[in-house]
Amino acid sequence: MDLTSTLGLALENLTSPPVLAFAIGIIAVLLKADLRLPDAAYQAISMYLLLAIGLKGGVALRESSPADIVAPALIAVLLGVLIPIAAFGLLRLLTRLSAVDRGALAAHYGSTSLVTFTAALVFLEAAGIAFEGYVATLLTLLEIPGIIVGLLLARRGQQVRARSSQSPASQRRIDWESLREVLTAKSVLLLVGGLLIGVITGPAGYARTEPFFGALFTGVLTLFLLEMGALAGRRLPDVRTAGPGLLAFAVVFPVIAGCAGVLGGALGGMSPGGAAVLGVLCASASYIAAPAAVRLALPDANPGYYLTASLGITFPFNLIIGIPLYVAIAQAIA
Amino acid sequence: MHASAEPNATLVTIVTEAVLESRLTRDLTACGARGWTITDARGHGPRNRRASELEGGNIRLETLVTDAVATSIMDVLSREYFPSYAVAAWTSAVTVTRVERYS
Repeated sequence: MDLTSTLGLALENLTSPPVLAFAIGIIAVLLKADLRLPDAAYQAISMYLLLAIGLKGGVALRESSPADIVAPALIAVLLGVLIPIAAFGLLRLLTRLSAVDRGALAAHYGSTSLVTFTAALVFLEAAGIAFEGYVATLLTLLEIPGIIVGLLLARRGQQVRARSSQSPASQRRIDWESLREVLTAKSVLLLVGGLLIGVITGPAGYARTEPFFGALFTGVLTLFLLEMGALAGRRLPDVRTAGPGLLAFAVVFPVIAGCAGVLGGALGGMSPGGAAVLGVLCASASYIAAPAAVRLALPDANPGYYLTASLGITFPFNLIIGIPLYVAIAQAIA
Repeated sequence: MHASAEPNATLVTIVTEAVLESRLTRDLTACGARGWTITDARGHGPRNRRASELEGGNIRLETLVTDAVATSIMDVLSREYFPSYAVAAWTSAVTVTRVERYS
């Protein structure tokens, strides 16, 4: 992989309709224009994206043998545990945040971002780079463990502090019952459901839904990213208050985790495209499942840190620079 | 029902973060509330710290209960919710028909 083609990939990404729509969303906020999608439309589009990815992945899954999936799946679970631990540790080096805030951030970076994942798939397709059909299963494997590990790290930190200072706020236990609702997330159900439909109905069944779930996909993603741009843009004023340590973390950590993911994918025998997708999954930070789970389990953590870092910095970074970067790395080492 | 009838029940109104909905309704049941109405809400408060703009913002929950239940709801709110979450809660004395439904 030479420099020119890497730059070409980056430029191709920058000038793709979804990324440009994202930029328009940010500009709209700066101009104080209200671009928000109605909540119901937002929910419906998330469902559409998840089901479409699942369906397509399910059809592709028919061609891969179960033996191909075992190694990448195990590596994904391992990364799902290691990434939040690494995030927790790096935050300790870079910032002076409390254990609770570091745990909250670790939960976000341990989980994944559906939109970043989707943008990566669209990018790979546009660039004509093949990837494995089972990558959607890796998303479901990576989404939840990271959140739980992050929460547990935060609770451990809180208990250590509580023992030394008898802080009453730390006596509360994690309310697993409320968390279960957040964690048995819709997203996992829709993705796995889509995969099943895809596997059962095969190419013939997919052909019937293709005009809706295939042909319209990039267009729908473009609309969704306009909204995401507006959401990220609303977080930008907070970036200045986040502090240089958190800022550095939100840019450096995705690259570290992304490289780990690409490497893991390559070791697991995945194609360069597939390894790049695993890299994107590891690099991305959640801003849907994780914020809700963290708000319930760690009310003392400041959303100003975790939402700003994941939504305001890491998400745009991955979308614009990260995705082509992980693809280039995957192509270089494969 | 006459307009000037004496108050015979307590209306508890809680405005809080949508992410808390299921936990809150479980606590209300435990306090003895037998039903409630939840609506989506928008607004601005002194805390202004939100978990996620993606998760539906705020809810407004209203429940008609007896005085004793209202007191225990307020106790739970003060203990478990006020310190950590954005919550506004108030009670009002109200006159309801079929008061036995709510006690």
